[in-house]
Amino acid sequence: MANPDLKHVLNGLFEEAIESFGMPEIRLRAENLLAVVQRLKGELGFELFLDVTAIDHAERSPRFEVVYHFYSRLLNSRVRLKVAAPGSEPAVPTLTPLYGSARYMEREAHDMYGIVFTGNADLRPILLYEGFVGHPLRKDYPMEAEQPIVDYRQ
Amino acid sequence: MPTTHAPPVRSWLEHSADPENVVLNIGPSHPATHGTIQIVAELDGETVKRADVHCGYLHRGFEKEAEHHTYHKVIPYTDRLNYCSALNNNFVFADSVEKLLGLSITPRCKVLRTLLSEYSRIADHLTCIAASVMEMGAMTAFLYMMTVRDYIYEHLNHLTGARLTHSYVRIGGLARDLPQGWLERLEEVLKFTEEYVARIHGLLDRNRIFIDRTRNVAKMTTAHALNWGYTGPILRSTGLAMDQRKDAPYLAYGDLDFEVPVGIMGDNYDRYYVRMCEIDESISMIRQCVRLLPEGPINVDDRRVMLPEKEYVYTQIEALVHHFKLVMEGIRVPAGEIYVSHESPNGELGFYLISDGSTRPYKLHIRAPSFVHMGGMHTLLEGYQVADIVPTFGSMNMIGGECDR
Repeated sequence: MANPDLKHVLNGLFEEAIESFGMPEIRLRAENLLAVVQRLKGELGFELFLDVTAIDHAERSPRFEVVYHFYSRLLNSRVRLKVAAPGSEPAVPTLTPLYGSARYMEREAHDMYGIVFTGNADLRPILLYEGFVGHPLRKDYPMEAEQPIVDYRQ
Repeated sequence: MPTTHAPPVRSWLEHSADPENVVLNIGPSHPATHGTIQIVAELDGETVKRADVHCGYLHRGFEKEAEHHTYHKVIPYTDRLNYCSALNNNFVFADSVEKLLGLSITPRCKVLRTLLSEYSRIADHLTCIAASVMEMGAMTAFLYMMTVRDYIYEHLNHLTGARLTHSYVRIGGLARDLPQGWLERLEEVLKFTEEYVARIHGLLDRNRIFIDRTRNVAKMTTAHALNWGYTGPILRSTGLAMDQRKDAPYLAYGDLDFEVPVGIMGDNYDRYYVRMCEIDESISMIRQCVRLLPEGPINVDDRRVMLPEKEYVYTQIEALVHHFKLVMEGIRVPAGEIYVSHESPNGELGFYLISDGSTRPYKLHIRAPSFVHMGGMHTLLEGYQVADIVPTFGSMNMIGGECDR
């Protein structure tokens, strides 16, 4: 139902729009992300930034997809955005200028997948700690991996 | 801010604080940080100038574990997200898997899940209010609420076999039907809850000390709450009636008659009051569920997910193989991805599940309300007193298991 609206508002800024279990899903390029989210927020009332995470496709190229979920009170609907990111140095623009909640959630995605959110000044670990080696939710991070012991705080 | 940090996590306040001010560290193991969280605050006298909130001290790799377990084996893990209302987590997870499978649960199961969601919500809200008022010195109110909560836990124990981590859901149904006399006892517990909730209203609502500590403390507007991703009672305390049970009714919520309580100011007092009103609504919803509760099976009749009857397992080779395959390999979920969210006691609890057609999730991500709430909490601490940190943090109802996963 929300799909025609979305397609109209985002005209030319996305690559593909499908419907998945009743939720519109839009694939787009990283350079269009900010423009798309600005329009979603400004024109369709997607004021609530729910979630950001990534998918590691391991053997596929590009390897990562960064997945965003938003909610609009105006349409009473959720939307999913997907941005592809390469396996080496995956980076997408940050959404912190538009949503405060992006701060923490982007830190988590950075922890878990090593996605760099360009422009987010605070990508310190949030669920992990300084000195943690690797990104645990990547498919090539083994379940039984052990971490080096970090020094005591001075 | 330097790009490299000495281990473990350093607060940026250590480098950037005004030398005139004091940097105070609270937590992660502090009596007032029930749950493990660290708040580093830059203080000018008694006023918090800036705050840096760290979480992650309870990180157990839930999402990684989930990728290596069959769908049924993930259920006990979901208990340990928000362990004050484990059933709500159970139901969102089951709902996401069932939607991918294209299963629709039986009418009795639907009403029972709704009833139990609301029952858990009462326990969760009671825990939150009890802990936060106890830290303000209201010991009687704390003991009252803990008494009620324990009656609820004991009662759930009768049904599920565990007080806290129930693991009661199954894909396509529930572990077992109601034991005899459960609904009679439910009404007794509800009456008891009503009586004690009334006493707590009497103790706190117009209590001068309580009002002084909570009114106009950590105030926020609706726009601010939305910007920082607040959902649930915290968002509703700012006056916005946003509730998924109304906006996108799931389970049996479409058949229930209930109100969405909202606050006015979005301060600590309103967060307390909204939760108290939600308890009243939940009690009314549970009574409606009891009236609606249809007879019939609680589990779907679908061989893809349901274990065969024991008498056939012991007598027929097909049933034995079927049982073996379901237990050893697990259920096979068609490839696809789905985001399912319910209105958990804390706010929007979303499960983003990706299946590649095998018997284990390819990816399972939790949109945990507590985690997002912690991301904006510094804005509610800054500008207020050190002593306000504790009630504000209490009113957020941060649950470590859910926040840090």
